Amino acid sequence: MSALVENKPGVLFRVTNLFRARSFNIESITVGSTEQQDLSRMTITTNSDEKTLDQLVKQLRKLIDVIEVKVLDTDKTVYRELALVKIKAVDPTTRSEIVNYSTIFRGNILDIDKETITVEITGTPDKIDAFKNLVEHYGIAQLSRTGVSALPRGGVES
Amino acid sequence: MTGSKALIQALEKEGVDVVFGLPGGANLPIYDALVDANFRHILVRHEQSAAHMADGYARIKRKAGVCFATSGPGATNIITGIATAYADSSPVVAVTGQVPLAMIGKDAFQETDIIGVANPCTKYSFQPRAAAEIPEVVKKAVYIAESGRPGPVLVDIPKDVQQATADMKFPDLIKVRGYNPNVEADLSEMARAVELLFNAERPIIMAGGGVILSGAFSELQALAELVKIPVVTTFKGKGAFPENHPLAMGPIGMHGHAEANKIILEADCIVAVGARFSDRSVGKFDEFGKGMSIIHMDIDPAEIGKNKSVDVALVGDVKSSLRTLVKMFSKKMIKRDSDSPWLKRRKELIQYYAETLKDYPREITAKKSLKKLRELLPANAIVTTEVGQCQMWASLHFDVIAPGTFFSSTGLGTMGFGFPASIGAKAARPDFPVVDIAGDGSFNMTENSLAVSVLDKLPVIVFLMNNYMLGMVAQWQRTFYNRRYSGVHQHRCPDYVKIADAYGAQGIRAESMHELEKAIKGALKSDVATVIDIPIDPEEDVYPFVAPGTGLKDMIVGA
Repeated sequence: MSALVENKPGVLFRVTNLFRARSFNIESITVGSTEQQDLSRMTITTNSDEKTLDQLVKQLRKLIDVIEVKVLDTDKTVYRELALVKIKAVDPTTRSEIVNYSTIFRGNILDIDKETITVEITGTPDKIDAFKNLVEHYGIAQLSRTGVSALPRGGVES
Repeated sequence: MTGSKALIQALEKEGVDVVFGLPGGANLPIYDALVDANFRHILVRHEQSAAHMADGYARIKRKAGVCFATSGPGATNIITGIATAYADSSPVVAVTGQVPLAMIGKDAFQETDIIGVANPCTKYSFQPRAAAEIPEVVKKAVYIAESGRPGPVLVDIPKDVQQATADMKFPDLIKVRGYNPNVEADLSEMARAVELLFNAERPIIMAGGGVILSGAFSELQALAELVKIPVVTTFKGKGAFPENHPLAMGPIGMHGHAEANKIILEADCIVAVGARFSDRSVGKFDEFGKGMSIIHMDIDPAEIGKNKSVDVALVGDVKSSLRTLVKMFSKKMIKRDSDSPWLKRRKELIQYYAETLKDYPREITAKKSLKKLRELLPANAIVTTEVGQCQMWASLHFDVIAPGTFFSSTGLGTMGFGFPASIGAKAARPDFPVVDIAGDGSFNMTENSLAVSVLDKLPVIVFLMNNYMLGMVAQWQRTFYNRRYSGVHQHRCPDYVKIADAYGAQGIRAESMHELEKAIKGALKSDVATVIDIPIDPEEDVYPFVAPGTGLKDMIVGA
């Protein structure tokens, strides 16, 4: 879901409190600025059945600080997530393998020291999962994912 | 102009004629400005009651009721009242004082994050951070509270914002982006509704609180009479339709009328008007409405499909939706038969249960008392209730004649609501008699409002059905816990006649039907509040009863 909301204090609280109060399960939520200074965009991903999703959207729309909510069809949407993965890497073979994988996944090496390599991966959540699975056996020291950010393809929103 | 003065002026501009409240450290500037206000202030003895009074006022006037409280405990005390108003969609505007801006977040004396506390039970909340914001905030607060599906709005004003001066602009028009309460039902959906209704053999109207909030009484009556449909109500909708009308069936639900609970299960098409299919009304969600088509009218799109999937959804003000439906239906030009088998079935059920349901064997009972009260009250009398057995007896045995003259804490079920709410209703309509149908446990919780009733000359009648028990809990303990009573006895304490006397009100004990009649007549003439203390047998239960978690078909009609 993509929601345009007022960019002011307390809005994120109202939205997340709604999820908690009505027991909606949320996979991820991202919030950030938009082309308009007084609006923020929230991208919310959820794994719900249709009935729950319908209620979620209706309850969100009911919030006065929420300007509009759209359920995004994944086929007609561009969406990306960013992950920072700190992988344990001491011996040279491991280190070169990780660098190779990172290149294949079009990742960036952000930091490297004697014991770890930190890789930035951007893509769909599936791609990030794939990278994570690939390097898991080296040992993941730390992982931070941003959650999904999304926009509908083409056109200009009203 | 100071922020406080701007608050008072903005409220005056909104047509506010009374505010219920209690001062404290963080709203002293507001109370100072209040000295020059051209509206009335009613000083309460506990902030919870201020919110209930504003709520009672709002439900009768169908416009915002306003209450004031200070920060911290003053603000938390109103929360029960705000949650009550939220559950029943009542337009209460609560103005709380807050610690000065610089102290917020420092755990200051009497600081509570009331915006955070109130979030799940308010339609919206504001915390103006500059005095100049106040006029617009007040206008928006009243607009949001009253429009669409009404609900409480909180305005939390830091003390220094109350004191600060600014050039004030009082807007005539405001727009709240992201809030569009005025929706009209889709006409193609409307046509489907007409078709369903036209083809139904056993249609029924289930009228909810939305009819009362919208004031759609004549529209509802027009639909019922045109299509010749029996009308049941939810408990919140009690009084949406005159209960002495030849099509009326009374409330359904956990303690609904037996004939109403029975007939709704036999219907093939339900028109739910401003109702939300609550568990208390319909029992088990998935069991209710099987094999029937459901037409759902509501102003709140989020109510569509929340508890019950429906066949046709008419989202919009029910007054306007009903009007359109009547217009479209009357084009069908078929005169409906008032002697149809379905209407005969209605009569049959009413008669069957009138003969089957047994009266509790005692000289004075809740049922007899309430029938007597109805007999002696004028049709326009306003009636509120406390919560518990008294409330359910009121639902069963007190017929509402003039639409919109009955209300109760139906959603939240707040004990202590009825009495302060009745005072608020009296402030809204001083020319009508106002009665709080009460039980002792519930009246106990806010009985100190007797001071307000006496001092502010708002004489209401407390019709106290007194079994010195938390009666509904006792009934459940009798029914589900094998008579193991736990925490329900009030041990004949206090003496309610003396309590009334202590506040300068009138207390009358009525131990026979004859004494009760005299007491009601006396109370109607009294210019102070009257508490009529009516001893009720603690074993008198409320029947019929649909046990929680079961369906309407599992209704128990008597012991």
